[in-house]
Formats: sequence, structure tokens, C-alpha cells
Amino acid sequence: MVNPVVNTQPEAPLPSPGKNSKTHLHLMIAFFRSGILGFGGGPSAIPLVHQEVVKKYKWMDEEEFSDTLALANTMPGPIATKMAGYIGYRVGGILGGIIALLATVAPTALMMIFLLQLLQAFKDIPWVQHMSASVVPVVAVMLAVMTWDFIKKSGSSLGWKKAIAFLAGSLVIMEFLNIHPGILIVLMILIAFIPERKREEGTS
Amino acid sequence: MIYWQLFLAFFIPGILGYGGGPSSIPLVENEVVGQYGWMTSREFSEVLAAGNALPGPIATKMAAYIGYTEGGIIGSLVALFATVAPSILLMLLLMAILLKYKDTPQVKNISNNVRPVIAILLGVLTYQFVKDSIVSTGTLYTLILVVGSYILMEKVKLHPALVILIGLAVGAVTGIIQYGIH
Repeated sequence: MVNPVVNTQPEAPLPSPGKNSKTHLHLMIAFFRSGILGFGGGPSAIPLVHQEVVKKYKWMDEEEFSDTLALANTMPGPIATKMAGYIGYRVGGILGGIIALLATVAPTALMMIFLLQLLQAFKDIPWVQHMSASVVPVVAVMLAVMTWDFIKKSGSSLGWKKAIAFLAGSLVIMEFLNIHPGILIVLMILIAFIPERKREEGTS
Repeated sequence: MIYWQLFLAFFIPGILGYGGGPSSIPLVENEVVGQYGWMTSREFSEVLAAGNALPGPIATKMAAYIGYTEGGIIGSLVALFATVAPSILLMLLLMAILLKYKDTPQVKNISNNVRPVIAILLGVLTYQFVKDSIVSTGTLYTLILVVGSYILMEKVKLHPALVILIGLAVGAVTGIIQYGIH
């Protein structure tokens, strides 16, 4: 009861005057490292972020970190950037959030632009065309594996009956009726808030 | 207005892509290839391959590159901003409320309900890529690459970036044999 507020309210950034520029530098290093070493997309960077945030710089304890991660997972958009933006803000205010975010995305974004520009320069040579065409099936396999993961997870979380109904419904609505995926996703979010039991009770 | 279009094209996948970056890929494709026609699906698959081969979040790399090709440096910044900002702002604003409700079935159900939609989008994209590949490089060659990369990725458990590099090497060698070096 002596100081109940110090470490339990994670809402506001922790003010640490005088240490700020150093904190910002540390944020930049931490998120640069986890961005540039996370091969295989954002989710693979999560253990690296954990390493920096919990183990190295001790900005959060285990529980806080796993709470943040759980919440980030319930929100749309890339996980790695949500973690960077949120943790950066918590540790170093608005500037901290921006620094952590830029350190996560900027280096690899620049690499991407340079690499693809280079490829563009040689685009008209037939064997280069054949080479880039050969990547398409590889990407298709990656997407197929991801598709199957999503289907399996749908089955285990919704039950197979409901999952197959949702899958078939999505296919018909998006591909045959040509309705924008966004409309369908908003609809699915709304459905999540209608409890099934209540609906039955309401009609009886 | 290209900047506004870029913003919308990446804002929609950013705000609707439940389940992390990968789930926004088919939504980005829907806007970039389907809605605005900035790229063919073949070009999109090349961007996706590069995104997979390089480190860091895939969605932001794609946004940066597509934004850059359509609208230069400012376009790149606009697309990046649209991808990351909305969900971060949402997270900062809703953190307090969500901490309280994170274990309720409703909040958990959001991701569960959206997942089948993403599965279908990914499946359709897979189908398009295979079809494209058959048209441009032939059925047998596509089949060999599909089976080969499946074995390397799922059975041998090679890293996807390595499998992409192997695909590039195979394509370069067979391409040079077929067309010569020039």
C-alpha cells in the first residue's frame, strides 16, 4: 500500500529526464537489431524483441511483455510494428515510439527498394525474366502452406463444422459475388460480439 | 490523387489484417493488383518473394516498395504510414480497455472469425500464382518447382529465404541454357 502506483500503471510513458537521449539510442539499437535479424517476416522477430525488451534492457517484465503480445495479437496489422510502436512509446514517449518504429521498418524497407530496383534494371534480358518467373511457384508453395495453417487453425478454434461453413461462405461471397474482403471481415468482427446462447434466448 | 489511393490501398489491409502481417498480404494484393492495377499478379509475386527473402516485417517492406514505385519517396512514406500507424494508434488508445477484456470470448473470437476469410484469400492467391506460373513457364517446370520447393521447405525444413535463392538459381541456370546469356 506504500506506493501502489509506481510500477502498476503502464499507461503513461515513464519520465526519466536526463536519460532520455540514451534511452532513445537504446530503443533504436534494440529495434534495429530485432528488425534486421528477423528473417521470415514480423512474427519471427517477436522472440528477438523479447530478448531486447525483457532480457537486455529490462523495460518490461515477462508478464507485461506477454500481455502486450496477447493484445497486439487481437489487433489488426503487422505484429512487429505494433510491438515497436507501443513499447517505444511506453519507454520513451512519442519520440521513443517513432524511433522504435523507424528502427524496425526503415532499414529493411530500404534494402527492399534497392534490391528490386536492381532487378528492374535487368528485367528485359530473357534469362533474368525466366529466373524471376521461377520464383512464382516457390512463393505459391509458401502461400499454400500458410493457407493450410489458417484452415487448420480455423478448424481447431471454431470446430470443423463451423470452420467449413465459414470457409465456404467466404469463398462464395468474395470470389463469386465479388464483395470486397473488407466488408466481409467487418461482418465477421460483428458476429464475434453476438453471443450464440443469447440469440436463442432472445427468440424464445 | 496517387497519395490518397496509396493511403487507402495500405490503410485497408493495415486495419483489417487480423492475425499479423502475413494475413494482410492477400488484402494488399486485392488492392494493388485487383483494385488499382498498379502491378500484375506476376510482379506482385516477385515483390512477395523479395519480401520473404529479406529480413524484417513483410507487410512494411511491401508497402515501402510499392509506395515507392507508384509515388516516389513520399509515396513510400505514405504507404508505410498507412500500414503501421492505424493499428498502433488503435493499440495505444484501446490498451487500457483491452487489458480488462482480453480474456473475454468476444475479443478472442475476433481473430477466430476472421481467420477463415484470410484462409480463402490466401488460397485464391495460391491458385492464381500457380496458374500464372503454368502460363509463363509451362506445366512440367511449374510442377517440378512446386514439388521441389515443398519438399525443401516442409520436409527438409530449409529456411524460406534459402528456398527462394535456390529457385532463383534454378531459374538462372535453366534460363541461360534456354535463351543464352544475352
